[in-house]
Amino acid sequence: VQYTIQVNGKAHGLEADPQMPLLWVLRDVLDLKGTKFGCGKSFCGACTVHLNGVATRSCVTPISAVGAASVTTIEAVAATPTGRAVQSAWLAVDVVQCGYCQAGQIMSASALLAKKPKPTDEDIDRAMSGNICRCATYARIRAAIKQAAGMPTVDTRDKFL
Amino acid sequence: MMRAASNIESRLASRRAFLRASVAVGGGLLLDFSIPGVIANARAEPAASAPALNAFVKVSSDGIVTIISKNPEIGQGIKTMLPMLIAEELDVDWSSVRIEQALSDPARYGMQFAGGSRATPMNWDALRRVGAAARQMLVTAAAQTWSVPSAQCATESGKVIHVPTKRSLSYGRLASKAAAVAPPDLASLPLKDPQDFKIIGKSHAGVDSPLVVTGQPLFGIDVTVPGMLYAVFAKSPVFGGTAQRANLEAIKAQPGIRDAFIVRGGGVFNGLASGVAVVANNWWLANKARDMLEVVWDEGATAAQSTEGFARQAMQLSAQAPAANVASEGDVLQALAASAKQLEAAYSYPFLSHATLEPQNCTAHFHDGKVEIWAPTQNPDAGRKIVAKTLGITDADITIHMIRCGGGFGRRLMNDYMVEAAWISKQVGAPVKLLWNRQDDVQHDFYRPAGFHFFKAGLDGAGKLQAFKDHFVSFGENGKAASSADLSANEFPAKFVANLELGMSLLPLGVPTGPLRAPGSNALAYVFQSFIDEIAHAAGQDPLQYRLALLGERRVVGAFDTGRMIDVLTLVREKSAWGKRTPGKGSGMGVAFYYSHLGYFAEVVHATVGAGGRITVDKVWVVGDVGSQIINPTSAENQVQGAALDGIGEALGQAITLNNGRVVQSNFDDFLLLRMNQAPPVEVHFLKTDHPPTGLGEPALPPVVPALCNAIFAATGVRIRSLPIDTKLLA
Repeated sequence: VQYTIQVNGKAHGLEADPQMPLLWVLRDVLDLKGTKFGCGKSFCGACTVHLNGVATRSCVTPISAVGAASVTTIEAVAATPTGRAVQSAWLAVDVVQCGYCQAGQIMSASALLAKKPKPTDEDIDRAMSGNICRCATYARIRAAIKQAAGMPTVDTRDKFL
Repeated sequence: MMRAASNIESRLASRRAFLRASVAVGGGLLLDFSIPGVIANARAEPAASAPALNAFVKVSSDGIVTIISKNPEIGQGIKTMLPMLIAEELDVDWSSVRIEQALSDPARYGMQFAGGSRATPMNWDALRRVGAAARQMLVTAAAQTWSVPSAQCATESGKVIHVPTKRSLSYGRLASKAAAVAPPDLASLPLKDPQDFKIIGKSHAGVDSPLVVTGQPLFGIDVTVPGMLYAVFAKSPVFGGTAQRANLEAIKAQPGIRDAFIVRGGGVFNGLASGVAVVANNWWLANKARDMLEVVWDEGATAAQSTEGFARQAMQLSAQAPAANVASEGDVLQALAASAKQLEAAYSYPFLSHATLEPQNCTAHFHDGKVEIWAPTQNPDAGRKIVAKTLGITDADITIHMIRCGGGFGRRLMNDYMVEAAWISKQVGAPVKLLWNRQDDVQHDFYRPAGFHFFKAGLDGAGKLQAFKDHFVSFGENGKAASSADLSANEFPAKFVANLELGMSLLPLGVPTGPLRAPGSNALAYVFQSFIDEIAHAAGQDPLQYRLALLGERRVVGAFDTGRMIDVLTLVREKSAWGKRTPGKGSGMGVAFYYSHLGYFAEVVHATVGAGGRITVDKVWVVGDVGSQIINPTSAENQVQGAALDGIGEALGQAITLNNGRVVQSNFDDFLLLRMNQAPPVEVHFLKTDHPPTGLGEPALPPVVPALCNAIFAATGVRIRSLPIDTKLLA
């Protein structure tokens, strides 16, 4: 089936099985390798992209369901000031260990901040708990989100400081 | 593979050059690094034409220094850290350094692997000497140019300076001449006084991070080779089973499928397994067709084994004397009989999967009797040997690119996926990217072995430990423990109790096992430091103080320095305000220490158990002693926090169970990794001591598991004698 999808501000015509997940269209048809495969069942969040600004697991989103939605991937997340701030904060805080999950983390974090510019720790838990970091860089992810939001990076859950 | 992160670079270049970021995690670490410098480091410009001073250092005429990073990067930060050692002694600015990942070539670079937290102890001295050698060659070249003695020359920031005349020449201008200088004797080179370090000891962000956050292709799964096909490989659900026949014609008729065939395999776990390969135009099509695959397996001898069966057999064995003695001191039976108080406890822990977030994968191109491999591997040369043997070619016919790994944790020390990719490429006559799906990955691992410990202890009237006995029922055959299933005669409290006996019995096992982050230690710390906690409570004494008393005098016992452990325990007592807090109802604090991978770690956990047994880990305090120098503080703190949280994740949710010889779990809905909302703050402190620096990937993990379980005991009075923690016991 022929599809035209909007990815990172550009229209892409392609032919694919209607069931083919957006993840694999991005990676193997459009050669956008930033979006990662982790579980194939929306459990880990490594494949997170934005559909009309909403964090979406591309591994369970068939190409046939994308329609005219605007797809944003990690490769273009910096096109918005929020995405840019998140990306810069990730570097400044030195979040990354292996890095495999971080594209998904950044996509979830930037969707959170676009909706909620000053998130609480509870907001962060809610928005980010669908994204597994196997290296468990969670403290730095939390700090980077707050830094991108221009907030103090202290973990307000820590009752022992 | 790696491309310049041009967008973010141009944006960031306009920002102020230096960005100081205070990160309120751990001990309030202050990061101090140049963002543009970081971006620049990530760029691997071709430096082929630049003169090479040795196998690790190239200097181009514009002064850009290319440093080869020799070991696999799995998230432990080694691609940043090892070049820091070279750059320090070379005396260059980090911003002028570019880093290139080495090929697998042990003849050129020495051993190249990621395991055992060995990179720091193995390279701390060696790679600084490599940098010092290159620096000396540049000095010699300058001295020759000026016709002055080398002794009158100094170096600074990529320049040689003739001190008496203040003339200087950049490394770039000297490079060609220096490359012709005879390399000095490494062993006799002088090294910097640590107080003069400019790079070591300062935080440097991961050199690949700009590529990570911009989504550049970087990992094994991202490798693209022209003409490449995509493969999945279905293996027997029972380990070691062999494929007899399959509906190959039906599979080949599916859209996009290029080939489907049976691989006979060689019958060893860390080699080419039997299975069915499905090769397609894209991976999703291959995996989709694989869902329709019907294979008749000869499941072999282990189709009946199960987790329940192992537990039953372990109980039976526990009633007998251990098959083998591991350590024996004094007379345990007599001491137990004579003791004022006796304790007995049975502990167990499950098999665990590594669950790297990037599933196992490898790209291989076999042509003309040679194979080129792009592998996310922790142990490339071991993979080369397996590929050579299996494909009937020589080591020299195999080129291995070490690709950044989306997590390692010990899984990628095994190269089963590498030989599969090479075999499939040879079979189809095209480059092939093999990628396992998550179910393959969970169900075909080299698991952390389960284990069963049957403890006894005896205390005298003062609560002093007089007798300690463990019958460890583990796995193995012919008297040899399976990989990572062993127990050493040095396991604490061995050599610290007058009467002690450690014994082992082995159950046969048809499941592949292997090292998982802090192998052995990740399980043994849990059982030994939990049972020691039971002993302390039975003695009616403070568990931290009791441990200090057990350690006793400051001395070195075998390789174990009690003084170093006493000091980390003492500091974690202070940092966590141990004994000074009054935890609320349902809350408690637990402590544990462990020595592994040459590192000394003591950790305290504060945990709360709420309604229904719901566990909240409130905070972890970690104190570690890994010697005189934390080479890259930002990375060190990140590693330690990750290791502690890794252990908490294992304790809270993880088990691989077997039924009918098959792994029951298949994905992250039934093999639970720690998530953001479960991750407590982890405060990290390093005690710097006058010992050579050692590794950090692993030793912070083991003590956190018993510290958590001991905290739960303090909170609830319920002793956690089996993992993962069963919250029903706490409800």
